[in-house]
Amino acid sequence: MNTAIKDHAELAEAFNANEPRVNWHDETLWWVRQKRDKMAWSIPEWETLRETASLIKHNVLGNLHAYLEEFERNAQQNGAIVHWAADAEEHNRIVLELLQQQGVKRMVKSKSMLTEECHLNHYLADHGIEVIDTDLGERIVQLAKEPPSHIVLPCIHKKKEEIGDLFHIHLGTPAGNADPQFLTAAARLHLRSEFIQSRVAITGVNFAVAETGEMVVCTNEGNADMGAHLADVHIACMGIEKLIPQRKHLGVFLRLLARSATGQPITTYSSHFRTPKPGQQLHIVLVDNGRSRQLGREDFRNSLKCIRCGACMNTCPVYRRSGGHSYHNAIAGPIGAILAPNLDMKEYADLPFASTLCGSCSNVCPVKIDIHQQLYKWRQVLVQDGQTNAAKTAGMKMMTTVLSRPGLYRFAGKMARWVMRVAPGVVSNRFNPWYKQRELPPPPAESFETWYKKNR
Amino acid sequence: MSNSRDKILAAVKQNQPPASQLPDLAPFISGAPASLEAFRKVAEGMGSHLLEVTDEAEIPALLHEHYPDMEQVITTDPLLHARAATFDWLTGDGRQLQQADLAIVRAQLGVAENGALWLTEKELQVRVLPFIAQHLAVVLDINTIVPTMHHAYEKIGGPQTGFGVFIAGPSKTADIEQSLVLGAHGAKSLTIIIKK
Repeated sequence: MNTAIKDHAELAEAFNANEPRVNWHDETLWWVRQKRDKMAWSIPEWETLRETASLIKHNVLGNLHAYLEEFERNAQQNGAIVHWAADAEEHNRIVLELLQQQGVKRMVKSKSMLTEECHLNHYLADHGIEVIDTDLGERIVQLAKEPPSHIVLPCIHKKKEEIGDLFHIHLGTPAGNADPQFLTAAARLHLRSEFIQSRVAITGVNFAVAETGEMVVCTNEGNADMGAHLADVHIACMGIEKLIPQRKHLGVFLRLLARSATGQPITTYSSHFRTPKPGQQLHIVLVDNGRSRQLGREDFRNSLKCIRCGACMNTCPVYRRSGGHSYHNAIAGPIGAILAPNLDMKEYADLPFASTLCGSCSNVCPVKIDIHQQLYKWRQVLVQDGQTNAAKTAGMKMMTTVLSRPGLYRFAGKMARWVMRVAPGVVSNRFNPWYKQRELPPPPAESFETWYKKNR
Repeated sequence: MSNSRDKILAAVKQNQPPASQLPDLAPFISGAPASLEAFRKVAEGMGSHLLEVTDEAEIPALLHEHYPDMEQVITTDPLLHARAATFDWLTGDGRQLQQADLAIVRAQLGVAENGALWLTEKELQVRVLPFIAQHLAVVLDINTIVPTMHHAYEKIGGPQTGFGVFIAGPSKTADIEQSLVLGAHGAKSLTIIIKK
């Protein structure tokens, strides 16, 4: 593992320094998961919907070449200009060129995890262009100079008092006011003036329909619409896996998306952009950035079915207690941990290990991605590729030796119980990573084998 | 640019799995017809306010009572409000609507399972109208309420206009500590007037 970059465990340790904060984070996300459950249980055909969505996406993966060509053709007929970007760098360059053509130095952007993945904001800032994120949560983390920690709830790691302080510094709200209603009203005023002034708007894309060449963007706030409808130029950035075959398939995905994400029956706005408004330019940037490579990995291609609802994060016992930033990737949580190694196996070698493999992520996924199985498979790929550290390999070898010899196993168990009883400090100390943020339980008096022999 | 296009398409073609059949969506279309009560329950849960009329002539007075202090009222149908703005709000890039206090429009249909209303550029005339106005009132014919999104898309069919949107409730956010706040960037309130 790269020692220069902090790995998930080290970053999680920092997050765990504040225990009440961790508990709050954990409970808040679990509450969102429970809202999702209530919604799922209220739809009798929920499981059929998930299966159908997964099959539609499977069809998309198998026909992606044809759907991309069909989408491009229809989008062009609708009056859009379609660009293709092989990687993040090319995506950023295309967007920059469009902005330079317009001569703008400042523009609005609604939520797009793709532009986070490509680090567009930094790239544009280096070229003298300021991006104003308009989703409230994204604006908050932008003011705090942090990346989003969750794909749907970008500032879920922040307390309202911290947000009040940020708004006091940047927007001039009264010091000490941390009322969500008040702060949201202040952001509304601030961002309205940005919407009105901005001549270019960037949006993400939730679904792109091959049959019609249209794009659907879902928000609760209305920020994508405020930006796109007021701008002279609308730039929509999307990964090539966002395609769906036909308009009627939107019915399936729009039923699943918000229910899985936040436990709402649908987002407030589900906007269908097909043609540019009169006098407007509509640019669509289709981005690969490793997706075609992931498509070729049989064990991992299903990760491309993801509709970015975040349900796997809300349910994940590791995500809830380690925070989104510990994944050091634009997309955190279980889905991020199976997407990231495709982008850079070395940099993200730690992420598939940041899981208990409990399978809860796969159980809530609206498109039935086998997330926990992919996490397990990535571990094997990473170990074979030499991406894990030597101490772990040595430990695993030792475990293999002990577990494959029953006599040695019994002896080791006896020794361990004795050591933990007479000298717990030998195990429960700072050199044992399992002791961090945890207290080890008292050792059992006897092994299960001994107990079973007596009690069967 | 075209080079990347060809490169991406070639890589996709080479790496994509064997083609599979699309699932049948027909089973989702069956089921009980939509009821106003189901629609009301979900729409109110999403933060919408519901009013009922039997005659459209009742709407101007009802809206005036419900939204008494609106200075600039924009309506796509002048018959829906007595004090509708008379300036040329149709002309411009959308910014001409930034003072709009109340927008009144008609929806094509409503969806009972999620309280959403389908509106297109045809009804809105200016795309930004339902987002930029401080408050939004939508007239919905009770006979156009469908049970689910599948029924909605079946009825909508192919695109007739350049823009269409499902709107379910007022603009909202819960980004600050998951506290629900109405009125993020779009309309602060949504009133649905059901025409029976």
